[in-house]
Formats: sequence, C-alpha cells, structure tokens
Amino acid sequence: MHQPPPASCSRSSRCECARVGVRVSALAPSQRPAPLPAGSPAPLPPEPASRGTSALLPVRLGPWCSPTGSPAPLSCETGCGEGSWILVCRLLVPTQVNLLSMEEDIDTRKINNSFLRDHSYATEADIISTVEFNHTGELLATGDKGGRVVIFQREQESKNQVHRRGEYNVYSTFQSHEPEFDYLKSLEIEEKINKIRWLPQQNAAYFLLSTNDKTVKLWKVSERDKRPEGYNLKDEEGRLRDPATITTLRVPVLRPMDLMVEATPRRVFANAHTYHINSISVNSDYETYMSADDLRINLWNFEITNQSFNIVDIKPANMEELTEVITAAEFHPHHCNTFVYSSSKGTIRLCDMRASALCDRHTKFFEEPEDPSNRSFFSEIISSISDVKFSHSGRYIMTRDYLTVKVWDLNMENRPIETYQVHDYLRSKLCSLYENDCIFDKFECVWNGSDSVIMTGSYNNFFRMFDRNTKRDVTLEASRENSKPRAILKPRKVCVGGKRRKDEISVDSLDFSKKILHTAWHPSENIIAVAATNNLYIFQDKVN
Amino acid sequence: MLSKGLKRKREEEEEEEEEKEALEVDAWWLDPGHPAVTQAPPNVASSSLFDLSVLKLHHSLRQSEPDLRHLVLVVNTLRRIQASMAPTVTLPPVPSPPLVPSVADNLLASSDTILSASMASLLEDLSQIEGLSQAPQPLADESPPGRPIGGAPPSLGALDLLGPATGCLLDDGLEGLFEDIDTSMYDSELWVPASEGLKPGPEDGPGKEGAPELDEAELDYLMDVLVGTQALERPPEQGR
Repeated sequence: MHQPPPASCSRSSRCECARVGVRVSALAPSQRPAPLPAGSPAPLPPEPASRGTSALLPVRLGPWCSPTGSPAPLSCETGCGEGSWILVCRLLVPTQVNLLSMEEDIDTRKINNSFLRDHSYATEADIISTVEFNHTGELLATGDKGGRVVIFQREQESKNQVHRRGEYNVYSTFQSHEPEFDYLKSLEIEEKINKIRWLPQQNAAYFLLSTNDKTVKLWKVSERDKRPEGYNLKDEEGRLRDPATITTLRVPVLRPMDLMVEATPRRVFANAHTYHINSISVNSDYETYMSADDLRINLWNFEITNQSFNIVDIKPANMEELTEVITAAEFHPHHCNTFVYSSSKGTIRLCDMRASALCDRHTKFFEEPEDPSNRSFFSEIISSISDVKFSHSGRYIMTRDYLTVKVWDLNMENRPIETYQVHDYLRSKLCSLYENDCIFDKFECVWNGSDSVIMTGSYNNFFRMFDRNTKRDVTLEASRENSKPRAILKPRKVCVGGKRRKDEISVDSLDFSKKILHTAWHPSENIIAVAATNNLYIFQDKVN
Repeated sequence: MLSKGLKRKREEEEEEEEEKEALEVDAWWLDPGHPAVTQAPPNVASSSLFDLSVLKLHHSLRQSEPDLRHLVLVVNTLRRIQASMAPTVTLPPVPSPPLVPSVADNLLASSDTILSASMASLLEDLSQIEGLSQAPQPLADESPPGRPIGGAPPSLGALDLLGPATGCLLDDGLEGLFEDIDTSMYDSELWVPASEGLKPGPEDGPGKEGAPELDEAELDYLMDVLVGTQALERPPEQGR
C-alpha cells in the first residue's frame, strides 16, 4: 500500500523540518488515452492501482500532483500569442491539515476529497504573497501571509515517466517569519513574506533571502542523506556509554539514511528599516544585496548583520512635504554598481553607486510625459509603478503600473519603447476601483528567459502574456473550474461593450477579489508559476 | 448603486458602512453607463470624490502604522481634487441655490488649511515616532563612504526592538515618551472647525433644496459620527 509521504518534505519519513501540512490535489485525469502522432514515444500504461488510487476516483490520492493516463492530445492549437499552455499541477498549502491521519496511514483519499474542496479550511494565512524560481529553475519558492516559505522541487525526469516533466513537488517547508510586536510603537509587525530572492548556488546547499515588512533573513536549505553511526561514546539511541565498559574502538561510518531537507536561518538582518520593506535584490557580485522600503534603500553585505549602508534616502526633512515613495528596486543583472528604483509617481531612477556614497541624485531618470487626453483625478494613482524588473540581458527595464506594462530602453529616458495595455477596459471604472481600493493593488511583472515574452496578472484570476516580437498577446485564466491536468488553457476575452460573444466575459462580471498579483517564469524553459490567492498553478507550454 | 460585479474589498471597520451610506445617495457617477467622472458635472462629482478621499485619508491616518504609499497617493489625489474645485464661480448645470458655492468655498478654505495642518501634525507624529524607535541617523553628505546605520544584533525577540531606542528614550526623559503618545493624533481636527463654520443648526437643515441638501446631509452625517466619537473626550456640545 502506498505510504503517504509526511507533511513537509518529499522523501523522508523521519523528516524534522517544520511540520506544516502540505497537500496537493490533482484534478480529474482524463480517462481516455488520446491518439498520438507518429514518432512520439510509445503510449505509457495507465498508473497501476497499487499506487493507492482507483482510476475512477475524481481526486487522486496526493500529495504529489501527477496526472494519470497518457500524455495530452497534441491536437488543436487554440491559443494565440504564445502557443498553447497546459496546466501541470495545482498546489495548495492549507494551514490546517489533519496530520494525525497522515501519520496513522489512514486512507487519505476521503480526506483529500472533502478537505481540499472545502475552502473553509484554507485560511488567510495561506494567501501566497510571493513566488520565485531559483536560478536553474529546479526550485520554486513561495511565501505566504502566514510567514511560511514552501519550496517545490522539480520532478526528476526519467525515461519511464516522460510525461511527468515539469511537475513540482514539495521539497521543504519552514516558518520564515513570526508575527512580532513593536512595543515602542505599540503595533504588530506582520509576518507576511513580501519577497523571496534566491542566491546563485555555490555549493550543495541552497540559499534564499526572505523578508517581511521589517526584517530580512538568509535561509540555508540543505539535504542530508547520510548519518554517522558507530560512535564509541554513544550507543545507537544516543545514550552515553560508560567509558569503562568500552573495550574496543571503532571508527564511525556514514550510512545512508532517508533524505532529509532542513532549513536553517543563517543570518537575520533587522532593525534597519523604519518603513515597510517592499523589495530585496541580490547584487551580481553575490556579496551584497539591497533592501528597499518606502523612503530608503539599504545596502547589506551578506556576512554582516549589524550594519548596513543607506544608499538612497528620499525622506524629506519636513514630512509635510512628502509626496512620493519608493515602490520597487532592483540591481542590474550584470553591473554590480547599478540599480534602479521606481516611485509612486511613475518615475524610475537609475543610480550608479560609484558616483557617490548616497545615491540621492540619479544617473538616469525615466518618465513618460502624461497623456493630456487621459488626464483624470486618478492619473497619479494609476501611474504609480508597482514593480520594476531588469531584462535578463540588462538592456531593458520593465515597469508595471495599474493599467499597463512598459518596456524601457536604458538608453532612452523620455519614454518607454513599448507599452502594453493589460486591462484598459478598467479605465472607465477608476472611480469604483478607487472607492473599493482595488486601484491600489500592486501587480508584479516578469520576463521569460529570453526576454521575448512578458507576463503580468489581472483580475478574475486572469493573467496576460505579451510577445514582444510578434506583438501578439493572450489572456489566460488560472482557475479550478475549467482546468484538468494537461488540458490546454483556453484564451479568455473580456468584452467591453455591445454584444457579448459566447465565450467572452463582460467587464461587470469580473471578480475583483480574485487578483493575480504574483507570477514567476522559469529562467530557461517555458514553465510558469501563477499564484491565485492560496493556489499555486504551474503551467508549461505544450510538449511538441 | 455600484456597478454589479465589482466586489467590495472586505473591511472590518464600520467606516465601510458609513462610506456606503454617505455615498449611496449620489453614487450615480459610479454607474458604468455614465461617462468618465471628469465629464460629469464637475462640482457634484468632485465634491463626492473629495469626501471619499477625505474619508480614505482619515481611515488611513487612523491606522497605527499607515501604509505610506496609500497615504501619499490619497493625499495627492485630494490635492488634485481641491485644485479643481477651487474655481467655483460658474454655476454647475445642476440647479442649486447660490449658497452652494459659498458653502463649497467655506469648506475648501477651512478644510484646506485644516487638511494641511492636520496632515502636517500627523506626519510630524509619524516622524517623531521614527525618531524614537531608531538610532539617530547622521545627516546626509558625510564624507565617509556610505552611512552605517547602527543596528542591534539580530533580534532575539520583540523585546529587543526596544534596544536601540532606549538611549533616545532616556535622553528625552519620560516626558518625551508621553509627548509622542499624544492622543491629539486621534482627534478629528480635520472636521471640527469646518463643522463649526458650516453647521447651520438643525432647524435650518430641511430648508435647503436639491443638491446642496445632499452635501449638507452628508456633512451633518459625518459630523454626527465624528462628534459622537469625540463625545467620549469632551463634554457634549450644546444643541446637538
């Protein structure tokens, strides 16, 4: 009988990392094997029932998302823009899982079935607040409002199970930040993880930075698959032996054990930010990183936690004169002296740390003049930049404001080279969106590995991709209702006015509580991770 | 009144209800069938937007640690609306008695100064709080490369957050501490003078007609709410 793996990591049954329940639900597999075109690998037999599932069950026993049956049909291309995207898996991280059931090896099918379908078990702490692939794309980290970090690892490819390519399983879970109370100001510091950034891998262990509003932490995630046995002074249970009873000496040997993944905090960078940290960025020298809050940006050395350098300070001497805040910041991918930061007024400043110790004077200033025909009371709010990202090449920066995504050439400051409308149909709704505060939502944006496609989220669990070369774009939806594993995502369309066609959705029917703020793109492949509230969707492009 | 399909963001405070009620009456400009706000009769739409913005500002400032970005954006929007409302010489298309422009002027004149004064005091409080909780920062333009910020060793717990600030606390003495926790931060100075300037007294209320009645009713309602909260701190005012 298939033993359900324990809560937090993928392989060990004696794992000691944070015991937070993790469940993954796979959606209903298609039963009928699809015809394959000639030349593709031979169809694989359906998963044997001995894995603990019945092929007829609507929800497969978890926790690993793995579709059953043969690969998806390589048939119609319904997508426009970036080809077709298929759902690989949908991952859920509920806080309350009946761990007892797992340890007692109770049939978890029933629990999975009813448990995950019932949304009341997913609490606000499960809302994903950041998503980030590491530099190879092997690992995918998510942070949530409850201060937890969950790391997923890509399933290893094997000859037998080619169709499992692109799936991610839980690798490690740990509590990164706890809620704190600032007694002086008498307020609580949220444990929500605002950002996660990976360090490039330099040895067997993985390192990442995670931050909440006030404190940045460096975590080390390492594997242990051997343990020493044969101590002289300790017996196998760890009890000390009386030296007098030892007659022979032996050399302890390392014996293999079940893989254990452990996360340990290696550095804590605290007490350097008065305002809320919105960004962290690892420098290309891999020795320093920066953290940015509303008014200041600090430069840290990874080795030094009790000191940081302030490199940008836009706090006015008289707070009455405050009219602008920093909204995002990032280091250049190759030039360790260059970084950019964006503001609530829709401007981007590029700074060179060689110019002066305090980079209050920018080297370059990017701003697009306001379009007079679109002027309204909300012009400034919708121009506020919520995210800024360098392209992988380092030649361009992309910014996201409320209605558009813009691509700027670093050599041209007076206007962006490309502007993409994300959801222009909201322009006439700005009043309502101001009233319900949706206009203040902060959407992120990402580049693909080759900088040819950009992606960002929208409302109603929609997300958009723009191909910079072909100028085509597509709207896709991350939702449970209309996604089966390996099913091809259908492009969505919002109808603005007039006649609504069959598959379109009207602007008034959009659900503004379902917003896709966080997405991530694999560094070299067409695999994307989309966070929708407490769900993490992983899509990949159709296997050709 | 709100266009259907737009979900209201979930909020626990009562202000949400008050906002709703306060705006329900003249929320026609939220109707998607209407053109953009800027094209609507400017006076009425602006004043509603103004009230909404003031409410948002108030709500934002009331929080123990306001979201600075939200605050700054709301304040800047408020300034824009104020700027556009300033020229009230031309009568709006909607028929209204001549009292409206003067009422609007009063509101603007008093609220402008009140707004900036209130904003100033509140932001000063914010910066005061920062000054107490952080080791004092050296001024800009120092020659040594960068400006090291003295930080405490990695926090072992919430109590350690008091560490770096202890020095400052003792320097100011306990008086300084209590000075900062000044409850005037929570007073609604924003509205008090304005209400005294505008409040005609209950008997004058029903006399107005048309659109100004809405403004008056709104203001009265808001004042009720605010005076109600202040009744805890001050003796109840006469005539209300």
